[in-house]
Amino acid sequence: MDEIFGIPAPLLFGQLLLGLINGAFYAMLSLGLAVIFGLLNIVNMTHGALFMMGAFAAWMLLNYLGLGYWWAMLIAPLAIGAFGMVLEKLFISRLYKLDHLYGLLLTFGLALVIEGVFRNYYGSSGLPYRIPSELQGAWDLGFMFMPVYRGWVVVAALFFCLATWLVIEKTRLGAYLRAATENAPLVQAFGVNVPRMVTLTYGGGVALAALAGVLAAPIYSVNPQMGTNLIIVVFAVVVIGGMGSILGSVITGFTLGLIEGLTKVFWPEASATVIFVIMAIVLLARPAGLFGRA
Amino acid sequence: MTLDRRSLLAGAAAAPLAAALPGRRVRAQAANTIKIGVLNDQSGLYRDLAGPGSTVCVRQAVQEFGAQGFAVEVVQADHQNKPDVGSNIVRQWIDRDGVDVIMDVPTSSVALAVNGVVREKNKVYLNSTAATSDLTGPACSPNTIHWTYDTYMLAKGTGGAMVRAGGDTWFFITADYAFGHALERDTAEFVRRAGGRVLGAVRTPFPGTTDFSSFLVQAQASRAKVIGLANAGGDTINCIKQAAEFGLTRRGVKLAGLLVFLSDIHALGLQTAQGLVLTETFYWDLNDRTRALTQRVRPHMPNNAPPTMVQAGCYSATLHYLKTVQQMGVAAAKADGAAVIARMKAMPTDDDAFGPGRIREDGRKLHPAYLFEVKKPEESRGPWDYYKLLQTVPAEEAFRPLAEGGCPLVRS
Repeated sequence: MDEIFGIPAPLLFGQLLLGLINGAFYAMLSLGLAVIFGLLNIVNMTHGALFMMGAFAAWMLLNYLGLGYWWAMLIAPLAIGAFGMVLEKLFISRLYKLDHLYGLLLTFGLALVIEGVFRNYYGSSGLPYRIPSELQGAWDLGFMFMPVYRGWVVVAALFFCLATWLVIEKTRLGAYLRAATENAPLVQAFGVNVPRMVTLTYGGGVALAALAGVLAAPIYSVNPQMGTNLIIVVFAVVVIGGMGSILGSVITGFTLGLIEGLTKVFWPEASATVIFVIMAIVLLARPAGLFGRA
Repeated sequence: MTLDRRSLLAGAAAAPLAAALPGRRVRAQAANTIKIGVLNDQSGLYRDLAGPGSTVCVRQAVQEFGAQGFAVEVVQADHQNKPDVGSNIVRQWIDRDGVDVIMDVPTSSVALAVNGVVREKNKVYLNSTAATSDLTGPACSPNTIHWTYDTYMLAKGTGGAMVRAGGDTWFFITADYAFGHALERDTAEFVRRAGGRVLGAVRTPFPGTTDFSSFLVQAQASRAKVIGLANAGGDTINCIKQAAEFGLTRRGVKLAGLLVFLSDIHALGLQTAQGLVLTETFYWDLNDRTRALTQRVRPHMPNNAPPTMVQAGCYSATLHYLKTVQQMGVAAAKADGAAVIARMKAMPTDDDAFGPGRIREDGRKLHPAYLFEVKKPEESRGPWDYYKLLQTVPAEEAFRPLAEGGCPLVRS
């Protein structure tokens, strides 16, 4: 059997593939964060809680209304996106003129409140959510056993990342959004309703988080702290990619997933730290991030 | 000073407070009040297995004990699974708030830190939820009783049963802190003693790991027959869930959940958890006494869940402690924690959770352990009916022999 750095090659390929899958989650979550930061200038610490709400929404739809996974893919992002828009209108919209720090504190507080409410009603050990029957089973790839569902996660994440990028870079709506980021008063002078557009953007970013939550529900335990565990890593991803850079966050998300996967083989104890080490190095060398504009 | 609405409100709020707390009466009451501090994880992955439910069980014991000439007050705090946070709270509790007993304390790293603080302050430490057998081994203390279970007992119960069933090669997925290391060490010892081999281990960062697939694939690549999960709570849940997803169990690899709580099985669902073999010292549906206790406490529990073994441990420890205080007198009990512990060791225990038992000189509470198998979905008669009893291990055999622990308190 071939070996690479003392690790059997098949095992290494398997780990790369798993890293890619985790990268898919990082990419989807950091995408939403990047969109929100790019257009609203808000460091959205609530993102993890909204991701968790997406997973819970899937569980609730199944257990209270009998609606399965595919309905959840549709309804959860819409419902949580709407919830996000309410949050934006009620709280976040008041902070645009203030320092970033206020937005960070407010959204962090909101995240704690949301998680606390869910913990109170559903406990912390989580709820079971089964993989939909269409996506059960696994492929034997020779070097590893690949669950169909994980493959689906990568495909779905790539699709949604690409779609978001296209909307923002290639459509008229996206052009308005980008223009509003550069100079909101001017865009408003042309008759575009900027506050409404900002609310919709926040809702869109939140919907992406909720969608990631639905994708995560069958493989991770659906519990109130599932977002907290991920959000710090995702922030590091956004910082490394360059705050506000959409393509940057997607590429960085997948790349860091891969690097983390490799760390889990060569030095498992460090796998939770490696991303932050990379973040520190990147910030020293390129303070605006890999894909950010200084 | 102008009287505005805000200062008026503040004044109105403070007035009844000031009236209710005349200083001297408070101090006089404090001298006749036993204060129990329940310290555990109130917001993270160990919340459901201990958390607010532990406080409910402590309060239940206080209520059943009744008024015996002294008052009992119960306070609780969240140590967030961080040793520094935990020991700070305990210092504050003892130095400023007059807490007499530190109760529960899951997360072995925090439990060991608190162990030192309580000994230094000569108070009482009744640990129910931490697992590390070091609490009655090298780290044993005259101020500490380790109540419900420990890593040695889990290793012997579940590990021993797996090896007997033919699982003679092992790979460990271990939470990278005191508890995981202790559980791996104790289990590996049993595997080797029974003639098995340990093929490898991987240490996973704690807390903060949610995806275990990499580690599971590594475990599978080792071709071990048994994957030992030396972790707990949310980590174990994610491991078992993802092992099923990656088809490990379907292809003959056995999972040994070395520490699995009833709340974890509830979170997994029987479909995923069925067939798991695990060791506990308490199960709500074990006998008439456990059922009676469950019936009394359940209406107050979060989400009406039956108590886990460690929550039951909090009940049992509180009851025995209060009996001892009654014997000694409140003043003596508050003055000298080590004396209370010595008295508790001298007195046999008996309660609805664990039945009759005793406390050994190294601080180990002894009671039987039970090997359970998780039922298939069709065998379960309803919610929380999850376990089948496979074997009962008598108290004297369930725990590590006194001489082997290396506790400095034990005269050899």
